[in-house]
Amino acid sequence: MKRDRNLIDARLADLKPELKRIERRLFLRQSLSLGALTMLSGCDISDNNAVQTVLDTMSRWNDGAQGLLFSKARLAKTYSEADITDPFPFNAFYSEDEAPVIDGATYRLQLSGKIENKKPWSVSDLRKLPQESQITRHICVEGWSAIGQWSGVPFHHFLKQIGADTTAKYVGFKCADKYYTSIDMPTALHPQTIIALDWRQGELPTKYGYPMKLRIPTKLGFKNPKHIAEIFVTNDYPGGYWEDQGYNWYSGS
Amino acid sequence: MSDANPVPPEIAHPLFVRITHWINALVMLLMITSGWRIYNASPLFDFTFPREITLGGWLGGALQWHFAAMWLLFINGLAYLIYGLVSGHLKRVLLPLAPRSIWNDFRAALTFRLDHTTGRYNAVQKLLYFGVLALGALIVLSGLAIWKPVQFWYLAALFGGYEGARLVHFICMSGIVAFIVVHLALVLLVPSVLLPMITGRAPKATETAR
Repeated sequence: MKRDRNLIDARLADLKPELKRIERRLFLRQSLSLGALTMLSGCDISDNNAVQTVLDTMSRWNDGAQGLLFSKARLAKTYSEADITDPFPFNAFYSEDEAPVIDGATYRLQLSGKIENKKPWSVSDLRKLPQESQITRHICVEGWSAIGQWSGVPFHHFLKQIGADTTAKYVGFKCADKYYTSIDMPTALHPQTIIALDWRQGELPTKYGYPMKLRIPTKLGFKNPKHIAEIFVTNDYPGGYWEDQGYNWYSGS
Repeated sequence: MSDANPVPPEIAHPLFVRITHWINALVMLLMITSGWRIYNASPLFDFTFPREITLGGWLGGALQWHFAAMWLLFINGLAYLIYGLVSGHLKRVLLPLAPRSIWNDFRAALTFRLDHTTGRYNAVQKLLYFGVLALGALIVLSGLAIWKPVQFWYLAALFGGYEGARLVHFICMSGIVAFIVVHLALVLLVPSVLLPMITGRAPKATETAR
């Protein structure tokens, strides 16, 4: 049985280069057909590109307009515990059982970019900072909304603690689930933007972003990254997982 | 009153009204079809709109269309309102509107005895235009409440919160679509009203819907 298995493995290994070649050929052929298609319908595609350019330009214009509408003093409405949506919906670009399982004991939050003190942070160190709790409405870009309770470190406090350059334009996030996103500095400094470590009365469960997510009640749900692995401060537009596909970058509420 | 013996004006629809009308027709098409695609991402009710009649391809594309056309709606709507108020156009076409005349004209319309003069509205038309303008104001306000429930919290509060604003936005859309259906059906019924909306000139003879 075991010998047969070895034999099959060996044959598969022999075939591997051949498979790679076939794969490459198929890819080339597909690219060529795509190229031919582009030439056939050249007009349509260039027209679509022109329309897409206008739409992208308008989306950037809307980023600016929303930045102007944003008031750092305006707080999102808060709710009572009785209003909390139960069960609170899970939402990601993968299914719930694919959410990354992270060991809180060895986890260290990495810092990079325009930050003075880039020492990585453990969860227990983050818990030593002042904590705040909020019950706010999470609004998804899809339209639905749900009310939840998150607690953790006010982000403006953390940014000052690590000596972040708060005159920089963007704060970016890289996550353990391969998600990434970025926000504007005024929103990062908003009093209700928090590094959430807790969900309701306990620690943040895996499905909601253990060990930490950024909770921003003044932005749509997809601007609230979960399982954050690294935070960076930059002046170069970092984009985001959904933003790079066409969702409006600012997406403020 | 001159209503007793209406003289058709030479210019049925002023140029400004014609331009804003056709821009608005395009804006409505873009806003409604992209709005249907956005609705499909998280339906309020137990149905979705057929993909073929929606705009944007996917949620992200539909949102781009919706929030780009939004500015065209804003500029065009504002221009129309300012023109309508300053020139007296709105007052001229919408007023006076008495409940009794609505009832009389409604009965006349149902029995096909209502005269139609291009550029001069009967009471039922006035009521419908009032209604659609009110829906237009409501759909813009509820849309702003959905877009910015925190910054425009007072608008969201007006509609009973974010979810309330979603519902109002949908109901207004339904009302506007119903208006468009009636509007287009009447144009099909009395096709001679179409050309004046392009050239501005009223037809030579007074038309009667029969």
